[in-house]
Amino acid sequence: MSDPKNVFDEMFGTGEQYREPYRDYRQWFESQDAAWLHRKSDEAETVFRKIGITFNVYGEEEASERLIPFDVVPRIISSREWSRLVRGIRQRIQAMNAFLYDVYHRKEIFRAGRIPIEVIANNTAFLPQMIGVSPPGNVYTHVVGVDIVRTGENEFYVLEDNARTPSGVSYMLENREIMLQMFPELFARVNVQAVGNYPKNLRRSLGNCVPRSYEGTPVIAVLTPGIYNSAYFEHAFLAGQMGAELVEGHDLRVVDGRIAMRTTQGYVPIDVIYRRVDDDYLDPLNFNQQSLLGVPGIFDVYRAGGVTIANAPGTGIADDKAVYSYMPDIIEFYTGEKALLKNVPTWRCAEPDALRYVLDHLAELVVKEVHGSGGYGMLVGPAASNKKLVEFRNKLKTTPGKYIAQPTLSLSTTPILTKNGLDPRHVDLRIFVLVSPNEIHMTPGGLTRVALNKGSLIVNSSQGGGTKDTWVLEE
Amino acid sequence: MLGKTADGLFWMFRYLERNENTARLLDAGFRIALTRADAAENEWASVLTTIGIEQAFLEQYERMETAHVIDFLLRDPSNASSVTSMIQAARDNARLLRTALTRELWSATNECWLTLRELLARPVRERELPFVLNTIQQQNALLNGTLHSTMMRNEVFNFARLGTFLERADNTARILDVKYYLLLPSVSLIGSSLDNVQWETILRSVSAQRSYHRLHKGDVRPREIANFLMLDLRMPRSLAFCYSKIVDNLTHLAKDYGARQPCIDQAETVFARLTNRSIEDIFESGLHEFIQDFIRDNNALGSQIEKDYRFYG
Repeated sequence: MSDPKNVFDEMFGTGEQYREPYRDYRQWFESQDAAWLHRKSDEAETVFRKIGITFNVYGEEEASERLIPFDVVPRIISSREWSRLVRGIRQRIQAMNAFLYDVYHRKEIFRAGRIPIEVIANNTAFLPQMIGVSPPGNVYTHVVGVDIVRTGENEFYVLEDNARTPSGVSYMLENREIMLQMFPELFARVNVQAVGNYPKNLRRSLGNCVPRSYEGTPVIAVLTPGIYNSAYFEHAFLAGQMGAELVEGHDLRVVDGRIAMRTTQGYVPIDVIYRRVDDDYLDPLNFNQQSLLGVPGIFDVYRAGGVTIANAPGTGIADDKAVYSYMPDIIEFYTGEKALLKNVPTWRCAEPDALRYVLDHLAELVVKEVHGSGGYGMLVGPAASNKKLVEFRNKLKTTPGKYIAQPTLSLSTTPILTKNGLDPRHVDLRIFVLVSPNEIHMTPGGLTRVALNKGSLIVNSSQGGGTKDTWVLEE
Repeated sequence: MLGKTADGLFWMFRYLERNENTARLLDAGFRIALTRADAAENEWASVLTTIGIEQAFLEQYERMETAHVIDFLLRDPSNASSVTSMIQAARDNARLLRTALTRELWSATNECWLTLRELLARPVRERELPFVLNTIQQQNALLNGTLHSTMMRNEVFNFARLGTFLERADNTARILDVKYYLLLPSVSLIGSSLDNVQWETILRSVSAQRSYHRLHKGDVRPREIANFLMLDLRMPRSLAFCYSKIVDNLTHLAKDYGARQPCIDQAETVFARLTNRSIEDIFESGLHEFIQDFIRDNNALGSQIEKDYRFYG
């Protein structure tokens, strides 16, 4: 739980006045009939269900498809704020790719003593098979979903880098689509930057990362674990929007040193695979032998330059939570500049001093698993029961290396529409970044996740989170 | 197109077509159950045989009671051919190949699934049956209409249509297979009123009552019915019509891909058998044998298409 007095609200700031980016929206909002807005809100849910924009929840029966609740009040960011985020993220992504190249080649940053080698040596996200392999254009992180949180007018933090297979971009696109359908007049009044070019940009960006063997128009495929994956809708959505094939491991095989897909006219080679399958499951010959999701031999083809895999295998070492804590050093080492965007202060529980501090202040901190994601297996100290605190205390003492801890940030709020009108809820923001040798591109917008339970700081869709359309205003 | 996608389309449309056929057979059987209680059990037995699930039904129930048959055909999860199983399977396939469908067609499929799931969440009472059957047919009509008005006429469309017509041909042939004895020339001499009802039931189960009567001015004769269901190229559920469409779609694929596959020869052979002889010739050489050969060849064609277009690898 957060203390409402210290919370920065993005519509109201800290006072009664509206903040500038929300001015036009508020004028419109004030003139709307409340009952009509609520009807629109119900309508949105019906449309989402009809379109079938659902996600599967792990641990429930396979047929269960859920909707992520959608709130009709947009989250609005000014163009100045956006430019600032863009500069910070661009710097960070450049450094991240330089770091990945270094990790799998000369390891200069460790030789220079900026990061202890143990951080990667004992890390399961480090992929020894990638040592000495240079991906096409030296791009490792083709698609990144950077999670940003805000705590004040000028306080932005990067919470997570998500450089493996980040999801959520389909919600960014569908949320905008539905807002345009429901409130067309609003978009005539407020100048919002478009997000709809994302699939086109993704296609172009991936097409700029073709392997050496490429000739003609690049053939792109999206590799999905299949229909029961929680993000299956998104995989299908992106493939459809890009005009790419949506493939599973069993559609692919190695033919003449290339990866080829089985079509109605025989096997057709693929140049770029946008994979939404984890490293471990990519190739049963080179990684997890039990995997039925991958393609036997795909990694050998990759290493020989026969196909581009996006994101590159082994990228996980860059968004690992232990490595995260070194990001300011990483940025400085490779760019020679101070980091423009702040990191959330992080205690690495593997270090005895840090562990002592964390155990002493457990009730104030957020504890996360180093390799966890999706909000599973984390502790939010201020909101946790005594039982939960005791449980984590024991976990930390037995396996401290599995955890990091961070202060409980007072996340900004943005109002949602409730029965009693506007009411503030905590939000975060995932910004989608496309990386190719030519450019680092960010779609002006993103996925705003909102904790629908009053006071809650957990925005994950699996735990009571919803989404909002995110507007970046034109200059 | 991925082999998997072609497979998904083909079966998605087979499943949808099967649902429509089940609704028709139920409608025709229910009419008998209402009007001729003594004949009901026999009629339900032939409906279940036509769909190929009589055995499965009898493992669960001792007698062909109307309420049980309705429940088994519409919503029994243990019956892989029930309407709920089929729409689930069709929608699962649609999810798999979403990228090949237009947004409208996906929405229509999803809505069909949502509607039928809600409609069949509880047992259907007899008095609700007409409404339920009507809804199943309406939803299918919406889906097929959306297919026609939004989808490109390309390989995606071809594989969808192949699924529809192979299933439809199978269904019409199976109805004939179960009821062929009613259509034999010797039977027409007897001309009892039971036969009249049975003939009407056959027409009703392929939604062809009105077209038939319009064509034959109310004169119901077994020879004409057999001709209508088998050889009439104007009748959208006849074997000949289905095969003209199958040949069309396979020809289109062959042109599109610039390669002729063995399946097209098989389809043309079957089609020729339906166009180069009269119904008298067929009666002469044996109606039942003809139908059984047809069902076998129709199945073989399905397997050949799967092989030629690499559905499975």
